[in-house]
Amino acid sequence: MTEIRNQQGGLPWRDAFFGSIRAFILSVAIVGMRTTSDETGVLWIDYKPWDVVTIVATVFVVRLLLPSARGAHSLLVGLAALVSVFAIIGYARHFGEIQFATFLVAGLVLSVAGFASVAAANERMRTLLTPASQPVTAGALARRASRNRGLVLLGLAAAVLFPFLPFADRYWLDLAILILTYLVLGWGLNIVVGLAGLLDLGFVAFYAVGAYAYALLAIHLDVSFWLALPLAALLAAFAGFLLGFPVLRLRGDYFAIVTLGFGEIIRIVLLNWSEMSGGPDGLTGVPRPSFFGIAGFERNPSEGETAFHQLFGLEFSTMHRIVFLYFIVLALAVLASYVAKTLRRMPIGRAWEALREDEIACQAVGISRASIKLWAFMISAAFGGMAGAFFATRQGYVSPESFTFIESAIVLAIVVLGGMGSQLGVFLATLLIIGLPEAFREVEQYRMLVFGAAMVLVMIWKPGGLLAGREPSVRYAQVKNRMRKKLSVLEETP
Amino acid sequence: MEYFAQQVLNGLTIGSVYGLIAVGYTMVYGIVGMINFAHGEIYMIGAFVGVIVLTVLGSLGITFVPLLIAVALIASIVITSVYGYTLEKVAYRPLRGSTRLAALISAIGMSIFLQNFVLLVQGARVKSVPQLITERHVLYDGGPGAMVTVTNSQLLIMGVAAVVMLAFGFLVAKTPLGRSQRACAQDKVMAAYLGVQVDRTIATTFVLGAALAAVAGVLVSLYYGVVDFFVGFVAGIKAFTAAVLGGIGSIKGAFLGGIILGLVEALWSSYLSFAYKDVAAFSLLILILLVRPTGLIGRPETEKV
Repeated sequence: MTEIRNQQGGLPWRDAFFGSIRAFILSVAIVGMRTTSDETGVLWIDYKPWDVVTIVATVFVVRLLLPSARGAHSLLVGLAALVSVFAIIGYARHFGEIQFATFLVAGLVLSVAGFASVAAANERMRTLLTPASQPVTAGALARRASRNRGLVLLGLAAAVLFPFLPFADRYWLDLAILILTYLVLGWGLNIVVGLAGLLDLGFVAFYAVGAYAYALLAIHLDVSFWLALPLAALLAAFAGFLLGFPVLRLRGDYFAIVTLGFGEIIRIVLLNWSEMSGGPDGLTGVPRPSFFGIAGFERNPSEGETAFHQLFGLEFSTMHRIVFLYFIVLALAVLASYVAKTLRRMPIGRAWEALREDEIACQAVGISRASIKLWAFMISAAFGGMAGAFFATRQGYVSPESFTFIESAIVLAIVVLGGMGSQLGVFLATLLIIGLPEAFREVEQYRMLVFGAAMVLVMIWKPGGLLAGREPSVRYAQVKNRMRKKLSVLEETP
Repeated sequence: MEYFAQQVLNGLTIGSVYGLIAVGYTMVYGIVGMINFAHGEIYMIGAFVGVIVLTVLGSLGITFVPLLIAVALIASIVITSVYGYTLEKVAYRPLRGSTRLAALISAIGMSIFLQNFVLLVQGARVKSVPQLITERHVLYDGGPGAMVTVTNSQLLIMGVAAVVMLAFGFLVAKTPLGRSQRACAQDKVMAAYLGVQVDRTIATTFVLGAALAAVAGVLVSLYYGVVDFFVGFVAGIKAFTAAVLGGIGSIKGAFLGGIILGLVEALWSSYLSFAYKDVAAFSLLILILLVRPTGLIGRPETEKV
């Protein structure tokens, strides 16, 4: 599409001036007048003029620097901003809350703007240097595939060896388990969002169904984890079927909002149906998984049973259970990745991608929209359910507050930031979104603030995600090149 | 019967508020084709500014209620409009012409950011303001437990909502701004060639939507007397439901949808189950979309290749 925007002559001082006036109006009441109350609930106002001054001044400086961050000195500004972000985090305790948050966000904006324009300049250079009509040969594709396979095997080997590395203590394993859980969720959602192009805002519903299904089965019917896992997946898929069946006819945005509503319905039901779900307190005493039903991980097993450490003649350690959990979730992640990858190559995967690219054309060639969407929905829900069952057994309890909309938003952010369809992208995004905030404990309190800002910034910088995997798997090279030429002509027209 | 009439009145009140917020969604969707997910947060900020201004004026010793309300409304509208403008400029304008998904993600990001921003600067506690308008009129007195009453704040909400809606209907139908809005909604490129300032029109749309949300926010904080940083999420989703219910893109539809949603919610929570009232709202949404995907008075959308 042609871009239409009035050319606003870039006078940085003028921009900065008006920007700070806006910042003043934005912050004068909300930031400058903090409502405080005691136990009686009577409100009074704490005036915070210096917080307003901080924000106005920071906006002024950022607006002043933004043109250079987008222009000739982009690398310099980006690096400087990044360094100052780390410096700010390092000296966190010397700032007030508002000062810290303001500087942090300002630093992020400038560094993203700087690096984004460096990346954009590189991209332009590369397109200028490579001839437009370079055919993608079968040999090149095969070479790329084998290189990827090597990398995947290497990564897998590293993941398997990880728990046995000397530095992998409880903290690192917990973090790895958390990341892998989100990876399963991300790869599961990727099937619906990335491949089939359906925006699912209620993925957390299936996560919840899986978690509660396992908790209920294990508590009431004494079903073991290994039997409950496929059952949880089935139940979640069934929930996906129930939701998907009526709503899949809906178009993009309507579909998104209905899934969001569905997620909320599930949460509200869990919150209120106390006899089934324990209400807001949730269910406690969810059993831990055993070692394939052979042995448990207790220090003192009950009469007539052997524990894991006795079975293998090891010294008892609480780490055994953690390592075992790590391998379970690793296996789930590998399964999710493998299934998604395989399905993508099968007719149904091709149909998903075709549907994502052009729904009307799909109908015209006789693809049944509803049924293949339903499959995408159910398969992805099944992975959500498995991740949920794992979550329940790891936590030992489930409660509705783990399944709020924000969880859906986080998983969706992982998929979209990762580039919708790219598995490697989803992996990198998970590291970024789940791993990074854990690494900087100082910013824990500002985690969601930075998360929101980062979502906006990355979308502005790279609307296609970090690694664009949107490229359909099948495409004639010639068609591609012709399209590219056409697009470049379009882009040049004013 | 009296109980029913009372619940209808309550439903109309809360429905007017949903309608006011829903207009912001429906206008933005009509013109840019995106769900402004952060609109609920704008409403929350409007409510907060109202509470802050009321507290400040109260501490200055001003007790004249109409003045209090007028100042709170004006301050909230001004500040919230700037939020609407900035939101569009920062988070949506750079993404125009990009995919719908990208814009929606950016909107969700903005929503999370604003929520946590207010959490940071105003704290997590629920803020309550004293009820300013307590007067109530008895419409029908059928003995104890069978009274139909309407409070002045309910009358204020319904009155303001009705006036604002009429004014908006006029604005879109008759003024140059409304013409530009409709032109942009149909074809932005063509509108630009014909001299419509597309960027300015879209920015104005966001500002107007934010101003309405501010009005809704102040009115609700007067009515319920409580506000916290999380009220925007549920109110936003419900208002969106109202917009879809009425047929997204249509201002009349948004108001109608708001009223219906308000009524359904009030009757559901009084006759069936209070705990599941949000379930009622969402189920209604799903049902309407299945039976009539274009909403009650929306135009059917033809798919184009």
